[in-house]
Amino acid sequence: MDPKTSRRTFLSLAMGAPIGAALAACGSSGPSTGTSASSTGATGAATYWFLSGKPQEEVRKASVDRFNKANSGSKITTTMFANDDYKTKVKTALGAGQAPTILWGWGGGGLKSWVDADQVEDLTSFFSDNAAVKDKIFPSAFGAATIDGKIYALPTETVTPIVFYYNKQAFEKIGAQPPQSWGDIMDLVPKFNAKNIAPFSLAGQSRWTNMMWLEFLFDRIGGSEVFDAIFAGEKDAWSNPAAIDALTKTQDLVKAKGFSKGFSSIAADNNADQALLYTGKAAMMVHGAWTYGSMKDQGGKFVSGGNLGYMNFPPVDGGKGDPSDTVGNPGQYLSISSKATDAEKEVAKKYFATEANSDATQQGWVDNGSVPVVKGVDSKFGNAKDAEWLKYIYDTSANAKVFAQSWDQALSPAASEVLLDNIAKLFQLQVSPQQFADNLNKVIGQ
Amino acid sequence: MTVAAPPGIEADLPRKVASQAGGSGRVAYLAVPALLFFVAFGVVPLIGVFYLSFSNWPGFGDITPAGLSNWRSVLADPGLRHSLYVTFLVMILSWAVQTPASILIGAFLAGHQRYREWLAVFYFIPLLFSSAAVAITYKGLLDPNFGLGAGLGIPLLQQDWLGEGRLAMGVLIFIVSWQFVPFHSLLYQGAIRQIPRSLYEAAQLDGAGRVRQFWSITLPTLRYTIVTSSTLMVVGSLTFFDLIWILTAGGPGDSTRVLALDMYIRGFRGNQMGPASVIAVILVLFGLGLSLLFRRIGGGSASDSQLEGA
Repeated sequence: MDPKTSRRTFLSLAMGAPIGAALAACGSSGPSTGTSASSTGATGAATYWFLSGKPQEEVRKASVDRFNKANSGSKITTTMFANDDYKTKVKTALGAGQAPTILWGWGGGGLKSWVDADQVEDLTSFFSDNAAVKDKIFPSAFGAATIDGKIYALPTETVTPIVFYYNKQAFEKIGAQPPQSWGDIMDLVPKFNAKNIAPFSLAGQSRWTNMMWLEFLFDRIGGSEVFDAIFAGEKDAWSNPAAIDALTKTQDLVKAKGFSKGFSSIAADNNADQALLYTGKAAMMVHGAWTYGSMKDQGGKFVSGGNLGYMNFPPVDGGKGDPSDTVGNPGQYLSISSKATDAEKEVAKKYFATEANSDATQQGWVDNGSVPVVKGVDSKFGNAKDAEWLKYIYDTSANAKVFAQSWDQALSPAASEVLLDNIAKLFQLQVSPQQFADNLNKVIGQ
Repeated sequence: MTVAAPPGIEADLPRKVASQAGGSGRVAYLAVPALLFFVAFGVVPLIGVFYLSFSNWPGFGDITPAGLSNWRSVLADPGLRHSLYVTFLVMILSWAVQTPASILIGAFLAGHQRYREWLAVFYFIPLLFSSAAVAITYKGLLDPNFGLGAGLGIPLLQQDWLGEGRLAMGVLIFIVSWQFVPFHSLLYQGAIRQIPRSLYEAAQLDGAGRVRQFWSITLPTLRYTIVTSSTLMVVGSLTFFDLIWILTAGGPGDSTRVLALDMYIRGFRGNQMGPASVIAVILVLFGLGLSLLFRRIGGGSASDSQLEGA
């Protein structure tokens, strides 16, 4: 036997096999989700992807577990992803036709991009068939689930407005009261700075954190119609004098050293911004209601000792906005992949109708200090540990004249990327309010 | 790549041996597996990206043709010019810091003293860490409120390291250098050890000091190593992504947003795969252009031998 030939054969075998496998793997992607699911009536399996992160993931898992136990024929398998990974992962999965049956999301512009690409099921008829499911949910939560008059997602989980938090001990140190107006805020800034306490904690690297300031200032100065016009795609809507005024006030606060030192290098992911507030290094923070749970978890005795104060964002003197207005996430949203099999869709709809917003699931949210998107849920607050907080969030959400959706969720992903980019530059004083408006007017209506 | 054996040696070989070693038929056959891999994972995606740059695609759903609109909008976007500027700044600064540092450390480590070999092991450690881990660690150390400066109470360290544009760029260059200088030092160490001792002995006889020997012998002989190492640094700097993404996410503002980040943000954050592909094509072209340029610089006189007696 010729040794050279055998080596050659060996080489071609050794090298050929992995290439063949790799190429085969490249070519086999396609809509294959759950092809193994049997399609006999009510039995079937569905997949469900959602966000990880404690304490929320526990509630999501418990809800699915209850569903699987109660329905022996149907099974939902879950997979969890961290926030930023999730967005990319879902996008890739949709592109490859490998999406899960149930898609977790934020509604608004992101949902619209799925609808535009025919990726999610129209649920309008599901809601007319199951009127009871629809009627118990806050009506305001359906706004971000409705596109061109059709409902594409089930509002679920919790309502999370943005809250003005403050550290009561920090205010005692300078002998001041929480601000009642924008003027008060600007007066407080030098007082806190003189005591080496940062007036506001802000995780500026995450950018949407900065955006919450603009959301409130736009509303307080010009009313909700300023952003409505932007959302509706009206020409040059960002150049509204109220918008320019809000942008200028934001930069005034940056220039007055209103935000913690180095805020633009702090990311919200590791909760360093919350840590500044509960360690007393910062006096105030504008942040989502979901941070209450983590401050309670990680802040030692800060929350349980009654040192955390909270209120709605104060009005701006002479502003047109209603001080009851708020902004944030009116809910989280579950959609069904249009590429799923009929059996999978049935299982998903059954979950939507029975367990997604069930009493037990609601209780799970209430127990960790969140308010479910369900009417009259305040009756469950009576013996909850955080009854006062829950009641505050419930009242704020229920009494808000306008509950606006977070801008980055409301706009299309492309437009919101330009928005966040310019917001980062605005807070960095790299662009003037006028340049900011000009840059964003270019992408309006996209 | 062409096989470039020093002509002096090739000429001395008997013809028979040379033809056995370089029989073109067998060499071509052995290249097939590598070629297949390259086509499947290099060329095919490249064609896909090129095609996508002329289409609109949010990352899922249908791909629709867009003609030249993506190219027009990206090329007219001041964001692209800024990213190009930042990319070149990172490239030039990291080259300018790393090259002298690597040559000096390499020359130092080339000595055969015991303590230098020990130090070489320690110098090499940063290269073993993944960029992501390095970025997370530095981000923690440099945190303005909970980092090293605040913890130790040293005013000099209490800068807004990652929150101020120029400082953030400086920090980035520092970390890149810290991480990659060991690798390039290793290249130089090897190259310097190959310089024949006789050259130095001759120089000593002529009365040249150590500094003079470095400038007149070490540095000129290192020419090809400098070209190789510079190519790796410059082309490699085009691909910095993980480190910057974790450290600053391109911020503050857009001070550290290099092309690779710009591409990712447009494609995966903004759902615009078309414009992102335009940037990908631009990146590929720059990478190719730069490596060609360096091959020109280095390969122009390949017949110059570095070997003793040639």
